[in-house]
Amino acid sequence: MERRREKAVETLFFLCALTAAALLLLIAAFLISSGLPAIQEIGLRNFLLGRIWDSANGEHPRFGILPLLLSSVYGAAGALVLGLPLGLLTALFLAKAAPRRLAAAIRALVRLLAGIPSVVCGLVGMTVLVPLLRERLDLPAGDGLLAAVVVLAVMVLPPVIEVSEDALAAVPRSYEEASLALGATEEETWLHVSLPAAGSGVAAAAALGAGRAVGEAMAVLMVAGNAANMPAPLRSVRLLTSGIAMELSYAAAGSLRQRALYSIALVLFVVILLINALLYFAQRGGRRPC
Amino acid sequence: MLRRRIRSALARGLLWLGALAVAALLLSVAGYVCVRGLPGLSWQFLTGQESALRGTEGILPAVVNTLFVIMVSLAVVLPVGVGAAVYLTEYAGSRRLVGVIDFAAGVLSGIPSILYAMLGVLLFCDRLGLRRTLLAGSMTLAIMTLPTVLRTTRESLRAAPASYREGALGLGAGKWPMIRSVVLPASVDGVVTGCILAAGRVVGETAVLLYTAGLSTAMQDFSGLRAAARASGATLSTVLYVYAKERADFTAAFAVATVLLAVAALLNAAAAAAGRRLRRV
Repeated sequence: MERRREKAVETLFFLCALTAAALLLLIAAFLISSGLPAIQEIGLRNFLLGRIWDSANGEHPRFGILPLLLSSVYGAAGALVLGLPLGLLTALFLAKAAPRRLAAAIRALVRLLAGIPSVVCGLVGMTVLVPLLRERLDLPAGDGLLAAVVVLAVMVLPPVIEVSEDALAAVPRSYEEASLALGATEEETWLHVSLPAAGSGVAAAAALGAGRAVGEAMAVLMVAGNAANMPAPLRSVRLLTSGIAMELSYAAAGSLRQRALYSIALVLFVVILLINALLYFAQRGGRRPC
Repeated sequence: MLRRRIRSALARGLLWLGALAVAALLLSVAGYVCVRGLPGLSWQFLTGQESALRGTEGILPAVVNTLFVIMVSLAVVLPVGVGAAVYLTEYAGSRRLVGVIDFAAGVLSGIPSILYAMLGVLLFCDRLGLRRTLLAGSMTLAIMTLPTVLRTTRESLRAAPASYREGALGLGAGKWPMIRSVVLPASVDGVVTGCILAAGRVVGETAVLLYTAGLSTAMQDFSGLRAAARASGATLSTVLYVYAKERADFTAAFAVATVLLAVAALLNAAAAAAGRRLRRV
């Protein structure tokens, strides 16, 4: 009796654990099965390398996602170029240089910003950054790739700071003591010993930030302008995520337009998987003692 | 030596400058939201409803919808997430299985919410016939928050001392009674932290709910199970998006943003408190 109950409980928990793996399979199967048909219909070359996205055109719709794909890549790259150095500086400061109470205050602030919804970031971008860019640069409209890059850079700061600070804090104290004992200053030790020793954690932070930036939909939708242009810093652009978000409500069920959106989703999924794979290898590579 | 001293001082200055700039940036974002939002906040705004007739604005329906979505998605994700964590820490014999599930949870937590939105639209709204309802949104969010609940619960289960388990088993308890009466109570803090973090993600999520849960700002009928299952409406973050993007009503949008900021701060404080208790155990 008791044995049977034990077995039943174990099976139940096993099913719960299996759910996580099953869900990933479900999502992958769903994205592939609903994303592939439209790619086949449009042609992989035309889809990935086509420069014109004009899905609403009733007679001659064009489904080229190159502008969306490149905008996403440039957006994420720009966000990392701005956000990663700032995030790393902050993480080094918090882990090594900051007085304890100041570090605690900044950490609380970073955690707060990590918790606020992306629409709030989008709202601030819309009402502060976009008008600022329009007036300072004398443009007809301030929304575009540059605005998206800045908003994304702010949004990737909290995860980048948290992950790289953890990595810096985990550097064995003996490494730093050895460096100090050899006569290096504290600052030299942080930059030339602690930071390289935390290399895999920093790579993880960069990959996490890239994933966040590529995947962010709402904030980008609010500040990027959303015209499907080839990317240029001051041009209105549409990213993979905002491309889906723009049309998900309008595309008729079963139409090629809707199926093409699922194809974009498949491309986005592949990009995220690639970033995850990079992260995985970065962490594996870092395991070796240096 | 002097040059090295100067370089080191410069490096330290750069660290201070960078960190303080980031702190100032983050603080000014939060401050700006509050400054623009507080004038639009009033008791009436928080507890009233939108009415074109009376010319009033109010977000009570959105607050109620948000609470509903939090409760339903937690009710779904909690048993599954905790169950999975228990299996992985207490039962799993195969290293490989644990690795596979770890990997799956990691990938799931990195998938952009817009992809969950599409899954929700196709699976829950269309295939399972839930249409655009808060229920469909909650189910989608339950999937999205599973990795969060799984991870925090697992961490606290791991932190429960082996001596507790040995003590219970030594007294002749079976495995399940041991887990139920000793391990789970010792890990309740991790479960609570998981709930708080999951609730935070639900409150902040817009993309999923925008497409799966509806946009209505009217009060929904939650009087019975059947009515609640059909309820369809906007949560706080969706309402913010509608105010900002579709109505260009920035006073109201910032007021909602301030509410969301306050909720995020509260959840953070709660998670930190739960985490502190966790470490003490």
